Amino acid sequence: MIVAKIVGTVVATRKDERLVSNKLLVARPIDPSGKPEGTYLVAVDTVDAGFGETVLIVSGSSARMASGMKDCPVDAAIVGIVDTIHVAGFKTELNGQANERASEPTRAERGSRGPASERVGE
Amino acid sequence: MQLARVIGEVVSTVKDANLSGVTLLVLQPIDATGANVGRTLVALDSVGAGTGEHVFFVRGREAAFPFYPSEPPTDASIVGIVDHWDVE
Repeated sequence: MIVAKIVGTVVATRKDERLVSNKLLVARPIDPSGKPEGTYLVAVDTVDAGFGETVLIVSGSSARMASGMKDCPVDAAIVGIVDTIHVAGFKTELNGQANERASEPTRAERGSRGPASERVGE
Repeated sequence: MQLARVIGEVVSTVKDANLSGVTLLVLQPIDATGANVGRTLVALDSVGAGTGEHVFFVRGREAAFPFYPSEPPTDASIVGIVDHWDVE
């Protein structure tokens, strides 16, 4: 799976009938520190993600194992919204708004965020 | 399967129902000398690995097999913790 940031939406009127009523989003893969890498991709949203959020994208035939994607012509599906990434020594807070919806421990963690997270938040 | 080093973990509250209760770890693939190769990725953990450990992981559809009968939507899963390896 890859971590990516949602940077836009896709609107398509003519499409495969099995894609009807699925939300398509444009995502830009990022590394654990929040730096963009690689090319943009279009992914089907199965978790109600939104613009600016950092998400987990599963690609290849495994994307069809996402909820409601059985037998759909997809090779990239958003299966999770990332709250934080902890990587050796620093922690990256990625979805400020998502955390406000989250439970108490996550909010407490936000107090200790390091310089890396502030860079990502900009 | 590929060798990798676990470099971190991902916290996600809103996610696919089949992903709940499973640990998401950040992997850096490595070569036979231990040097970093390629991009980092997020993999499901099926063996109880942790940050700093060397592991091997499987990519693709087969990555869901360790969690049978559950079918989590994943394209990468850690399937073993490496004790040591030898390369001639």
